[in-house]
Formats: sequence, structure tokens, C-alpha cells
Amino acid sequence: MSIAVTRQDDVVIRFAGDSGDGMQITGNQFTDTTAKVGNDLATFPDFPAEIRAPAGTRAGVSGFQIRFSSTDIHTAGDIPDVLVAMNAAALIMNYKDVAPGGIIIANTGNFTERDLQKAKLATNPLEDGTLDGYRVIAIDINARVTEALAGSPLTSKDVLRCKNFYVLGLMYWLYSRPIEPTLEWLAAKFAKKPELADANRTALRAGYNSGDIHEVFQGRYEVVPVENAIPGTYRNIMGNHALALGLVTGAELANLKLFLGSYPITPATDILQHLAELKEFGVITCQMEDEIAGICTAIGASYAGLLGCTTTSGPGLALKTEAMGLAVMTELPLIIVDVQRAGPSTGLPTKVEQADLLQSLFGRNSDAPLPVLACATAADAFDCAVEACRIAVQYMTPVILLSDNYIANGAEPWRLPEMDKLPRFPAAQVTDPAGYAPYARDGKLARPWAVPGTPGLEHRIGGLEKENITGNVSHNPENHQLMSEIRRDKVLGVRDTIPTPEASGPREADLLVVGWGSTYGAIRSGTERLRREQNVSVAHLHLRHLWPLPYGLDEIFARYKQILVPELNMGQLSRLLQGEYPDHRFLHFGKVKGKPFTAREIREKITAVLEGKS
Amino acid sequence: MSAVQLTPKDLKSDQEVRWCPGCGDYAILNATQAALAEIGVPREKMTIISGIGCSSRFPYYMGCYGFHSIHGRAAAIATGTKTANPDLSVWVVTGDGDAMSIGGNHLIHAMRRNVDLKILMFNNQIYGLTKGQYSPTSPAGLKTKTSPYGSVDLPFNPINLALGSGATFVARTVDTNPKHIKSTLLAAAAHKGIAFVEIWQNCVIFNDGAWKDWSTKDARAERTIDLQPGQPLVFGKDNEKGLRISGGEVEVVAAADADVWDPTTAAPLAYIMAYLDEREDLPHALGIFRQHDKPTYDGAVKEQIDSLTAKKGKGDLKKLIYTKDAWQVG
Repeated sequence: MSIAVTRQDDVVIRFAGDSGDGMQITGNQFTDTTAKVGNDLATFPDFPAEIRAPAGTRAGVSGFQIRFSSTDIHTAGDIPDVLVAMNAAALIMNYKDVAPGGIIIANTGNFTERDLQKAKLATNPLEDGTLDGYRVIAIDINARVTEALAGSPLTSKDVLRCKNFYVLGLMYWLYSRPIEPTLEWLAAKFAKKPELADANRTALRAGYNSGDIHEVFQGRYEVVPVENAIPGTYRNIMGNHALALGLVTGAELANLKLFLGSYPITPATDILQHLAELKEFGVITCQMEDEIAGICTAIGASYAGLLGCTTTSGPGLALKTEAMGLAVMTELPLIIVDVQRAGPSTGLPTKVEQADLLQSLFGRNSDAPLPVLACATAADAFDCAVEACRIAVQYMTPVILLSDNYIANGAEPWRLPEMDKLPRFPAAQVTDPAGYAPYARDGKLARPWAVPGTPGLEHRIGGLEKENITGNVSHNPENHQLMSEIRRDKVLGVRDTIPTPEASGPREADLLVVGWGSTYGAIRSGTERLRREQNVSVAHLHLRHLWPLPYGLDEIFARYKQILVPELNMGQLSRLLQGEYPDHRFLHFGKVKGKPFTAREIREKITAVLEGKS
Repeated sequence: MSAVQLTPKDLKSDQEVRWCPGCGDYAILNATQAALAEIGVPREKMTIISGIGCSSRFPYYMGCYGFHSIHGRAAAIATGTKTANPDLSVWVVTGDGDAMSIGGNHLIHAMRRNVDLKILMFNNQIYGLTKGQYSPTSPAGLKTKTSPYGSVDLPFNPINLALGSGATFVARTVDTNPKHIKSTLLAAAAHKGIAFVEIWQNCVIFNDGAWKDWSTKDARAERTIDLQPGQPLVFGKDNEKGLRISGGEVEVVAAADADVWDPTTAAPLAYIMAYLDEREDLPHALGIFRQHDKPTYDGAVKEQIDSLTAKKGKGDLKKLIYTKDAWQVG
């Protein structure tokens, strides 16, 4: 009997299991294969902060959501069409999100009395009516994997660890994806452990074949490739990886070697890990004793003529602030990457928030202005990293680049840049002693970068206020006023080299939604759908440069009757905009639940505002 | 011998030196300029990096590159500078407060990593720039503005801290003996790896005479012993006394029976020499406590980059970004 294949345009799948079940690997494999099929996609990994919470408990549930589509999409989807629940805890933590009538695939092998107890369930949700209204596919995956791997040299425990590949195979079958890319990945991954490669291959094939054999599904689905995608070469990329690549690229465009001084912290650590692999690019990575040393080595490296960079997350940014002031004072190029997470303090280290904006803008003693950028998506992280390098080098200034946990671990297809066409911005390190002064200025108010080792340019810099031009220590009150103004004006001057962003949607409308950072996808999806389906008069403006703000925003704001600012904090961008553009009113819409906005939340808020209910 | 021949004057900057009259820093500055003039490094390749405190004004007075940074962080900044460019001769000037309090973490890790830095730690057992509070090296009981009834903190022994952190070159000198400073700094400069040099320094204003029992010329002869490689452990006005170490105990013997000092030995004798400080009956040690050869951090970083570049070829950005996973649209 042949099984019918139905075409779908847009699918959201969530894999959920215990944090030892390999859900992130399963999700990433499904993502990579889906990217190769040519769908647009977005992912949202959601894992616990504990490395291994007790197995089978609610605290240990790890999730990975992927949305893939035949059209251009911006978010990982609000509502899963399919939930794969590897155990009872994963089911109970996730089933409520699933679309009515959606598919729930449950591994009944992990719904024993003991599993129910660990998940704090009095009755079995597969049997007690909890899942009424869903299409439940109950499969004892543990048993199926054990059958498939009968005769394997692996222990029964290791055999069971292959169950995620069984599930992956099943999902490949259900959504008509090829298994070959994962077969290749397994061969490479377990090149030195062929018995593990074999077992996982067998599990993957068994899962794939089970779709036909066991007839638990009435049909299969197909999501065809995006048709009107922008031509180019694409690859799938996660935000932290894109950022690392952007930093290496930025350094090369500046004709400098990259130096990273860093300290491991979730969710920024991957950037250090990625860059540590790039020795043949001359990238120096120093894993230092603490966050302060991380930024200080970067400052020391910039002083020595390299492009210094440091990566961190919220609490680490707080520790780096004194050194940032030193970088402002000494006017050395420096990139400070902050992959924001929910705080304050340790907060929710694996959950998303965008609440370090005001710290980035103002979190230093005295007036210590520096440019602040934020990336909007995983692929955008590459461009923003290059842009941060450009500003740092051209203006001799530290720059803060804000990413967040949603971008860091989320993936999307990335249209690769034409490397030869990227604009270069070679650093102008001075070598000529004639007329050299440490605090002389160029047209951008940048001071000359004289690197130790250069004869005739011996000079002293430091945290004490410097006399204009000469760079000698100065306590002169007039000089401090002057230097403070120069530092301010230099950073404001960055506006001369950044474009005025364009709003997407109508040029004039009832409402403008202004966003920054990772809320891009939800706002873009929400506003597009409201315009398309309900003819709502709404536009979206997304800010990449948060300081200085680009020219022309005043005129843009004036074209809209109301302005809504959704952000994952208690009101930071809205407060900044209110202060900078007092003629307009900025309506803050905040969420601090450790989760990204859904497009639906954005739509509902816009509707409420336009109906005067908010 | 390098062709570069400087004079101490070449290493003076045009800035007026502003320490309190009588401050021990003047002698250290002069001796440092004299030493650095002789190390064969052109001045554009010398960089002095300091933290915060009286001693940390040092870079302004030196005619080479200099970086007066922030409190406690000089060792970290210098680690970045030296790793970025191992060709530079990087000197860190710091004080007991700067290095051992706020900067303690960076100090021990720079020593553990064996970054090829020369750390000069001026120890006056007091916070001078903040006007007289006890420091991590102040003796217990010291009465200061923040310890009016006597400090109850127990002090660090900087030499022991350095030895315990794995520093490959550990030495001590004193501001009252410029010749000794100079020879110690020359030995530090010749050492490949981190050099930690404690310099007893007198603060005339807030802790005058802290070292006078050991630092005056007469006291030095009787109450200190100079640890010089290959030399016998002798002291006294006429070098008539000596030290012998047996069974972990130190005893005073006639000069002829003294042990010969070897700072390259792996044995824990260096620790024993540091513990002389705690013995009233024995001289405090100056000179070179330890001198070990180990790979440097900056050298290892460079070597790893060089060998991987040789193996893989110079990184190609386009290949890095256009992976085999990429696919074509349109």
C-alpha cells in the first residue's frame, strides 16, 4: 500500500526529551538536512541550565524547535504542529503548546509508573484524556530500537542511547527528507568508534523504515523548497558561529590579526570555542582567569596593534566595565561582545532576555561613550561583527556588540557574502614620527594608533585624563571639558557612516513597531501578517545601531500616529528613545519570561493598541 | 652582545618626576633606567605597563612605550601585549597593594602561565597613594588609618606567593642598593619567562623605615644574605658567616662551610630561603630565589599558531565561510 504524500507550506516540529536524550543533536541534524532540502528555516533550542538534571524530571527537559517552510520565514514558530516527546516529563512540559489537532509522538517506553512519578504525574497522560484533541502516535521507541539493534556489540544502555536517531529517521520519513546527510555526519563523527556509527545508522534507518512498515501514519508530508529565495550560496548557521566568523572577517578587512581574550560563560562560550579552532588565521585566543583579565588582555593586544576582542554574557559584562572605561580613555579599538541572557546576577543563564542595553550605553563611571550595536538574527550576527570591527578601527574606540541567547543558539539559512566584495577598512597604524602626537585627531576625531615596536613614536597612554594633542597627563579643568566633548563628538560622529534604517511596511501608518535585537523575527512576522491578512496599517523599524542612533529617526517617527516598542526587558529602548526624541511617545511592551516573543503576542498587542485597549 | 647601546638618559622621558622627596622610587627608577640601557633592546621595543599607585606612575618617566592602566590589571594587560607581540620587552611595574590585593588573581595566573613578563613589585607594606592604609604585606599589628588598633590581617610573603604560583624567576632586591637592583634586573631581563622581582621600597610619608632593620647598608651586611647563583651563602660585615641547609633546617656556620647557592635546583630550597623572613635569628634573603627554564606562554601561543599554519596552510577566509555544506539557490 502506498502512503499518500501531502504538501505543506510551513511546519513546526518540537523535539523534547531528557537532557541526556540527545535532543539538540537530533534537532541540529534535522535542521542541517532541512537546510539542504532548500527550505527556509529557523530554530529555537531550549535547554536547562543544569548539565544533567535528574533523568526523567521536569527540570531536565531539553527541547529543540524547528520551523521550516516553502516561503521566507522569520521565527521558529509559535505553535508546534508536531511534538516528539521522549518521556512523560517532556510531554507534560510541552503538549499545551501544540496546535489543536496537532501530532504528538510519544515514546511509550518512557511512560512507566516510575517515569510518571519522576514527572510528578498521578495518572498517565497518554490514557487519562489529557491529550484529547491531539493526534497521538504512541510508539515504544525503546523496544523498537532494542529490536533493531539486536545482536549489536553495544550494552543495552548504549543501545537505548540510539533512540534519538530512530526518532530522527521517523521524522525524516514523515517529512520526506533524505537520510544521507545524517549518515555522512555519523560516519565522520564516529570515525574512531565504528560500532557507535553502525548502531546509530541502524537506528536511523529503522526509524525511517518504520514509517512504511508499521502504518502508524496515514500519510506523509512534503515541504517543497523556497521558490523565490534570493539567489546565492547558502549555508545553515547559528548566531554564535556567525559572530565568530564575522570577527575573523572583520579583522581581515581591517588588515589586522584578531585577538580574543575571554572567559567561558553561557551563552557566549561558543564564540571562544569557534575562534580557538582558527589558529591558521593567526587568531590568538586566550582563555583568561576571569572576565576582567579577558578584556584587559584584549586591551593589551590592541595596544600592541592587534584587533582586541572580548566575549561575554551579562554578569561578565558588569565585571568588564572598569576596563571599558580605560579603553574609552586610551581610545584603543576593542570589540566587546555581550551575548545577553536573562538576569540580573546569574539569572536564567540559558534563557533569553535583552536587558543589557542600558548597561551597555551607560554602565561605566563618568561620561564614557562608546558605540553600541545589536544583531537581529543568526546571519545578521556576521554582518554586525564586521560592522563593529569597522567602527572600532576607524574611530579608535571600544564597541559593544549585543547578541542574545536566542540568536546565539538559533539557526537559519545564511546567504553567504561575496567575500571579495566586502568593503575593506584597513587600519591606519602610524609609523612616521614627523608631526606625531598621541592625541592628535583625524577627520573622524580618531587619534593615531602608534604601536609599540615603532621607532620614534614612544609615548605613554593610560587611564588618567590626557592633555589634548600631547597626551600628557592633565588635571586642567578646561582640558577635561574639552576632552570629554571630543570623546562624545567622536562617538556621535559614527552617525556619519551608518545608514538611516528603513521601515518595512507603509511609509505612513497608524502604528510603527520599533524593535532591536532578536525580536526581529517575531515583529517582522507579526506585522507582515497583520498587513496581509487584516489590512492593518502597521510598519516595522528595526534598529541595528543603538548608539549613536542613526540620523533621520525623528522624521521617520513623525510619519506614524503611534509607536510601539516591544522588547524583552522592562523598558530600556523605549526609555532611550523617549529621552532622545521627546516629541514622540513611545509605548513600551515588555516581556521577561526567559522566552522570545511569539509573532502572535506581537499581533495581539498591536491590535490592542490600535483598538485603544492598551 | 647586541648592537643596541643605550644610555640611562635615553630612557628618561620629558616628564617631570613627581614622587615625594626621599621616596625610594627615585633610586629604583634610576637603577631601572641604568639596567634597561644595557639589555640590548632598542627603546621602541620596550614597554612598561603599570597599574595604579605611586609606583605605577613609573611609565610616564620612562622614555619608551608605556601604559598606565587601572588598579590591579597591569599583569593582565601586559599578558595581552606580550602575547600579541612576543618581540616586545614587556615590564610590569606595580606595588604591593596593586599586585597582591586587587590584582592578586592576575598576578598568580601570569606567573603560573610563565608569560615572558618582568614584574617589578615595589613593596612598601602600605597603601601610599590613598594615604596610608595597611596593605596585604603589612605586618600584623600595624597601626594605620584603617587599622587604628593594629591590623589583624596576616600578611603575604610575596616571594612565597611567587614561588607557589610557579614563577620561573623569583628575586628580591632593595631600594637602598641601586647596584643590586641593577644586577637583579639584568638577570631578570636575561631570563626567558616570567620574572617576579620584589623590591623593598621605603615610603617616607606613610610607613617610613618599614625595612630599616634590613635595608640600611650596615643592616644589610649583618641581617641579609644575597642569593647569587654559584656563590656561597655568606653574609656578615666581612662575609665571615654562612648558611648551611640540612634536613630542611637552616643553620649558621662559618663562611668556609657555607652551601653554594643554586637557584636552578628543583629542590624546595627557595621556599626555605623565603621562610628565613620568619626567623629572627637568621638573615632575610635578597637576590635570586629561583631560576627555572620552562616554555613561555607567549612562545607557546605563537608556536601553536605557526605550526598549525605550516600544517594547514594560511587560513583562507572564503574556504572557511563557503563550507561543503553550502548550497546554491538560483
